[in-house]
Amino acid sequence: MTPTHTPARPVYEHPWAVRLCHWTNAVAVTVLTLSGLKIFNAFPSFGSKIPERDLIEAVPQAITIGGWLGGALQWHFTFMWVFAAGGVVYVISQIVSGHYRTVVFTKRDIAGVWPMARHYFLFGPKPPATGQYNPLQKLAYSTAIGLGALLLLTGIVMYKPTQMSTLGLVVGGYHGARLVHFLSMCGLLAFVPGHLVMVALHGWDNFASMLTGWKRHPEYAPGQETR
Amino acid sequence: MNDPLHPRVTRRELLKLSPLLLLGGFAVPAWQERLLNAGVAWSDGASAALFRGGHRAPVFRDADVVPFERFPYNGYDVLEPAIDFDGWALSVGGAVKRAGRYSLDQIRALPKITQNTRHICVEGWDAIGRFGGASLRDFLDLVGADPRARFITVTCADDYYESLDMETARQPQSLLCYEMYDRPLDRGHGAPLRLQLPTKLGYKQAKYLLTMNVTDVLPGKKSYWGDQGYSWYGGL
Repeated sequence: MTPTHTPARPVYEHPWAVRLCHWTNAVAVTVLTLSGLKIFNAFPSFGSKIPERDLIEAVPQAITIGGWLGGALQWHFTFMWVFAAGGVVYVISQIVSGHYRTVVFTKRDIAGVWPMARHYFLFGPKPPATGQYNPLQKLAYSTAIGLGALLLLTGIVMYKPTQMSTLGLVVGGYHGARLVHFLSMCGLLAFVPGHLVMVALHGWDNFASMLTGWKRHPEYAPGQETR
Repeated sequence: MNDPLHPRVTRRELLKLSPLLLLGGFAVPAWQERLLNAGVAWSDGASAALFRGGHRAPVFRDADVVPFERFPYNGYDVLEPAIDFDGWALSVGGAVKRAGRYSLDQIRALPKITQNTRHICVEGWDAIGRFGGASLRDFLDLVGADPRARFITVTCADDYYESLDMETARQPQSLLCYEMYDRPLDRGHGAPLRLQLPTKLGYKQAKYLLTMNVTDVLPGKKSYWGDQGYSWYGGL
């Protein structure tokens, strides 16, 4: 039994597969977003070609990669495999190890979302840490993972609208896939700034845990975390 | 028990992330193009492996077809290249039993297929149109194409050129198209004859056809846009 006032022992928070997939997908999402914006630029609309109603004049070149449509497609068609592989390995490893329980948002977490949001955004009291992730984190991570899966699904439908025509029915065909793909990208992008600010606020020990797996000075006692 | 935060432990854990360095290869200018070409080639290979020759692209009701005026004209250069329509014939060569020139009437004599299919541009727009023509498969049988040949290549009146895998060429909806909206193909859409391939992107569907070659080996110039960086396969 650990005495209550001694610092908590380090915890191995992030298994190897999780860390590797986190970083490969951080790279992949960056590349896919920047190249995706260049691809969107070729036809920045969700309507008909004639008449063409563009949503924007042009995506600034500075936030795109590939240089032209063909170059951007090369990046997209290459890193879609990195993204897919990272996602599939991550999900399988989480399920096999049972580690998914730390991150999947469940009914039990609903009550904890508001107190946590109040703490972060309205300087309310800090709810006690009960595990690796608090309910708000679970909600954010589960949503991000879900959006990633949706991006993959709609990407497949857009890439192969005839071979995958049956799968396409789920997301409203080619047009639906294009729109949901774009909106899911926006949703995932909305997650990123909050994620980065939180990482910055929580300091080095927290960041290092995504590199080495080990978290020094965890806020909760090891073994107490929900596994 | 060892200290889990001993530098030797953390270093080992960090080293386990070394596969990430492979992605760093994309930041090396000398390797970037080769890696990206390999990525596209891999995607093309996967696309060809997943292609099901018996699977049909979605077809649509007449009510879903866009009006003819709203079906976009798309060309890379000129929409109306110089063509001698009276003397026109498709020159067929390569691994075929009956090489030679095939007139439009000979192609029209094959069973006609009319279909409402979605035309998808690599840029992201699409339009459902109505197309009529001869099955490319029937034409390949007419000219006695070697059933084991892997590709067909075509050249066009506007010096455009393309090539196609034989599985797609023999897909039942792949047409030698001479009609749009039940009227003869107009010049901007590729008169007198174009490829119409519901399982390929628009740039694979070459217009203003002049020659067709059946081959096992792709020439150096294999696809007008593919040679500039688009996917050669371009499959949907």
